[in-house]
Amino acid sequence: MERIPFNFLGRVEISAMRTTLLESWLVFVLCLGAPAGAQSKLNVVATTQDLASLTEDVGGDRVSVEAIARGYQDPHFVEAKPSFILKLYRCDLLVLVGRELEIGWLPPLIQQSRNSRIQVGAKGYLDASLHAKILEIPTGQITRAMGDVHPQGNPHYWLDPENGHVIAKDILAKLVELRPNDRAYFEQRFADFEKRLTEAEKRWEEMMTPYKGIDLVTYHRSFPNFTDRFGLDIVGYVEPRPGIPPSPRHTLDLINEMKRLQVKLILVEPYFDLKTPNAIARETGGRVLVFPPSVGGVKEVTNYIQLFDYDINLLISAIKEVGATPN
Amino acid sequence: MRRSERLVLLCVFATAGLLAPLRLAAQERVPSPEAAQVSQELALLRQEFQTLRETYEARFADLESRLAALESSAAPATQQPSATVPAGAAGAGGPSGALPVYGGASALSKVFNPDIAVIGDFLGAAGSNPVNPSPALEMHESEASFQAILDPYARADFFMAFGEEGVDLEEGYVTFPAIPGGLLLKAGKMRSAFGKVNPLHNHVLPWTDRPLVTENLVGGEEGISDAGFSVARLIPNPWVFLEAAGQVYRGDSPGVFQSYERGDLSYVGHLRGYQDVTEASNLDMGFSYAHGHNDAGPGFTSDLYGADFTFRYRPLRRAIYRSFVARSELVWSRRDQIDGRQGAFGYFVSGDYQFARRWYSGVRYDDSERAYDRSLRDEGYSLVLTYWPSEFSQIRGQFRRTSYAEGEDANEFLFQFQFSIGAHGAHPF
Repeated sequence: MERIPFNFLGRVEISAMRTTLLESWLVFVLCLGAPAGAQSKLNVVATTQDLASLTEDVGGDRVSVEAIARGYQDPHFVEAKPSFILKLYRCDLLVLVGRELEIGWLPPLIQQSRNSRIQVGAKGYLDASLHAKILEIPTGQITRAMGDVHPQGNPHYWLDPENGHVIAKDILAKLVELRPNDRAYFEQRFADFEKRLTEAEKRWEEMMTPYKGIDLVTYHRSFPNFTDRFGLDIVGYVEPRPGIPPSPRHTLDLINEMKRLQVKLILVEPYFDLKTPNAIARETGGRVLVFPPSVGGVKEVTNYIQLFDYDINLLISAIKEVGATPN
Repeated sequence: MRRSERLVLLCVFATAGLLAPLRLAAQERVPSPEAAQVSQELALLRQEFQTLRETYEARFADLESRLAALESSAAPATQQPSATVPAGAAGAGGPSGALPVYGGASALSKVFNPDIAVIGDFLGAAGSNPVNPSPALEMHESEASFQAILDPYARADFFMAFGEEGVDLEEGYVTFPAIPGGLLLKAGKMRSAFGKVNPLHNHVLPWTDRPLVTENLVGGEEGISDAGFSVARLIPNPWVFLEAAGQVYRGDSPGVFQSYERGDLSYVGHLRGYQDVTEASNLDMGFSYAHGHNDAGPGFTSDLYGADFTFRYRPLRRAIYRSFVARSELVWSRRDQIDGRQGAFGYFVSGDYQFARRWYSGVRYDDSERAYDRSLRDEGYSLVLTYWPSEFSQIRGQFRRTSYAEGEDANEFLFQFQFSIGAHGAHPF
């Protein structure tokens, strides 16, 4: 009989100890397992600096955003470096351009990320192109004889500020989904961005109106959304076909066409060689513009709205310089 | 029809079926108060059933007319039925919009077909090589790949190598990319993670051949390639990218490992460290170990130790025009055989420089002893020039001078056409 209380007490002590152990273990596990707590920032990786900028516009200081491709780098040919695997390993949300722009490097990165949150189709995988206006979706037979053609349409769609609204809205929906507690904050940031972008659009529209219908040539098919929005006409490309470097024959044809149509402007993405465009400009009396298609393409451009400010100012000053007139 | 509606209908029919004999019995008997009540209820039920039937008839008629309208409006558009790729099918690889249907049972299932690509590897050789001759012209390999995401947890990759005479499963495995613990699990037949050259398929090599050290110590073209499991984990640390992989195989990799019984498994371990030096350059280092039974007979084992170094330079702004890669791989082999233990060593050093958008040049130095006899040492030099007409084809010439241990010198000119059709694969890194 005497043993029982002793045993009983002992058991109580042990079970009490177990409870505290269990509790502390639970706390530990929860700390590990919780999505880094409600207070900490949401880790976002965007494949390009444009998407990173839009995510920052909506997410503000509640998100921490990193971009993979630099704005001065050809986004088709990014290397799948292991350092990017580390970025994806830690992130809660991956925002990508889609339309097969990143087909050469993003799939292996996602696969090796060991991150179930951002696998294709998971909650933290956001293809920014889903609601955007996409141009040049091929119809009919497509073959690689057309060069490195994108079967799902031209992936440079962020260069239309209207698509900027759409992308930002998708980002907002995703951020709210992942951090419902911050809904009000994100919605307020989004409304603010919408306002700024809409105002800027009015400004750009006014600036560009006198130059509607101006012809120009671009190196790669990076700018259809831009020219479409601002009423410019692309009459040729330095590349004979997407992804195929210029050939002498094609260059000659292009020079003749530019002379015939009095085209003076050649837009070149910062990652292409300027030799051929310069030669074309010499022949035609035209001007080569190193025209950033992305945030970060030149140092001055650090966000999405600045990108259009820079590009439009650059274009207008060049138009004035060469005295191009709409056809 | 919705499920609840179907349920209601079923209930009605069941009740009607149950009540039918009751009705017959009621007619035969003399009417009693209970019978009167039953017939009253019956009448009620019949009424309800009638209204139900009427509403459903009306609904069916409505549905039929709608269907007919739909058919008549859809008919002239296309003769073939078509399926639409869902908007979110990014990476599916197929064209968006309407796809033709070829009479399959379920048209939409074609959306889930794997990404298919075929890579042709045509090889030619000129000059003489008395020790290790290759044919003058050869359709060396046609690699067919089938790759798709399997389900929310896994993806599957198959690589079939069609030679001129036979077919070989080069790789076929399932990958679980996001299992708990930060692990990457693979199961199936794989090229093992021993070093840098062994895991590479022929078409991503920067040469037309494989280095002598691979030929002599690591099983040649097939290499260490076997059925098994692979587990790889990132080792988080604040300094570098560090990944450790452990692999278990059946133990059959011709030329290196041979399994005589179930227990003769082979093991491969690989540790990879990677660090960006600048945004344009990086260093990649690895250490590998492999163990298994060898072809000297039951009970004889081989151990392989490897170290690999890669330095890459590619300025981001000029990424499509300039790049440089220096590689080296060292392999030590410890092989037990009847005359005792043979320790052999081999290595290669190579450099590849891209000097224009479509042009690459390269050099390689080879030096390797042979696994079964370290006194036999082969040495080789190569010069390589590669031209890429587009991202999907490649023309390569390689001058190779090899001094074999037998005392024979071989001067050869090797050339290669590679061409790829189908889905756009990932660029190798």
